[in-house]
Amino acid sequence: MVVLRRNFGKFFSSRLVGPLLYLVAFGWGLGRNIQVNGGNYLEFIVPGIIALGAMNTSFNAAGVNLNISRLYHKTLDEYLIAPISAAAFVSGKVLAGSVRGLIDALVILALAFLFGSRLAVNGWFFLVVLLTCFVFSSLGVVAAMLVNTHEDMANFSTFVILPMSFLCGTFFLPDSLPQVFGWIINVLPLTHASYLLRAIASGHGIIPLSLAVLAGYALILFAAGVAAVRTVRQ
Amino acid sequence: MIKISRLAKHYGSIQAVAGLDLEIDRGEIFGLLGPNGAGKTTTFRMLTMLTKPSGGSASINGYEVTGDLLKVKKVIGVVPQHMNLDQELTAWENLELHGRLHKMPGERRRQRIDELLAYVELAGRAHDLANKFSGGMKRRLMIARALMHSPGVLFLDEPTAGLDPQARRNIWDLIRRMNSEGMTVLLTTHYIEEAEALCHRVGIMDHGRLIALGTPTELKKRVGEVVVEALNHGGNEYRFFADREQALRYAGSLADNVLIREANLEDVFVELTGRKVGD
Repeated sequence: MVVLRRNFGKFFSSRLVGPLLYLVAFGWGLGRNIQVNGGNYLEFIVPGIIALGAMNTSFNAAGVNLNISRLYHKTLDEYLIAPISAAAFVSGKVLAGSVRGLIDALVILALAFLFGSRLAVNGWFFLVVLLTCFVFSSLGVVAAMLVNTHEDMANFSTFVILPMSFLCGTFFLPDSLPQVFGWIINVLPLTHASYLLRAIASGHGIIPLSLAVLAGYALILFAAGVAAVRTVRQ
Repeated sequence: MIKISRLAKHYGSIQAVAGLDLEIDRGEIFGLLGPNGAGKTTTFRMLTMLTKPSGGSASINGYEVTGDLLKVKKVIGVVPQHMNLDQELTAWENLELHGRLHKMPGERRRQRIDELLAYVELAGRAHDLANKFSGGMKRRLMIARALMHSPGVLFLDEPTAGLDPQARRNIWDLIRRMNSEGMTVLLTTHYIEEAEALCHRVGIMDHGRLIALGTPTELKKRVGEVVVEALNHGGNEYRFFADREQALRYAGSLADNVLIREANLEDVFVELTGRKVGD
């Protein structure tokens, strides 16, 4: 947290770049002539970009950092030697990742506002963003504890995180894909995050099933993170 | 203070530590020597609970390292070989973090940080980032960090590896000072002169076993206190003798250049492990 405060400027501006590009490319560039479900495309993709931004930032903040601190700086040992429980350690890492993800979501929301999108944002919206951050921070912790080289950590991002960024209902609805893909995509957590955010933002309220799926992922991944920290002592 | 019995660790078919028996008394500085790969660091990691033993047992202050994890963690301070301070935090914050991890109350924590920074002579640099520090300063800060929660035993893994001679002596003085105040110290090293200058007793490990144990003087007596080095054709030959007279007689019988000197711990080490350190 102290580190976040110190590097806030750098963190903040780097968070601006990605969403800005997405918004320009897909919102202004491509999106001019596209209508999705009778709505404006910008309004369609903003919740998707928020979901993927929250995912990427929290995964990297929790996962990549922990992986580096475990394998390169070895600072993880300091926490393992300290009299704290694995659950407390994982909670700390997940919360720190979530805070960064949440800041990212707020940045995107502010940018989208400048681009002229009007979304119905309420408490549920932020709850879902937070839950999404929690899910992917936990996934980050699990990956960081199990993956044994930085290269493989990058591969994990490429094979797991990157496809989700594009496919999970962020830029388009998976209805147009072959059905097998549709099924796979519907199992992934990010799909439910973007569905939920879109539904809330357009004033349709929450989708209980999606919320349950996200919460389920959060619980399972958190438990897996705790188990991974416990078993790291071989 | 530390009781180790038949402690073992194997990774697949590789025996890293093969049944170690050792007792370390309260107030002792004990050095664990051995060539690379002898099992020192594995032993160290098992005693500090970073690695689970495959067999045997070890207890610190009466607490089993496989059982009462939290109790053991409270009585040990650990300075790992690898520089693992948080580089993005200041010296002060690194200690603060450690204090918080050990659930020390705020007032006491701040008091202890000031005390320790003064103790390791870093008080003037309290608010500088750890990555601005020199090797010796980082090492001293790591020692201060390990002392934060007032442990009774301090584990140091290669405490002076990569330091210049001044920084090294500085660390030695610090270790002696802590010891004179009652701290039990267990360190691993492959600097022989470090063990000789610092340790009350040393144990020499090779291939996962303890092959010698005693005070540096005892160990030197064991191989012979006087060494004759014959300098012939590139490779030196060493012979050990109990006293100078015998050494002189042998030296007289040699045609090559000879060097007669007191044995040191390195001789013991090489004689017992059969190869130069660091091979």
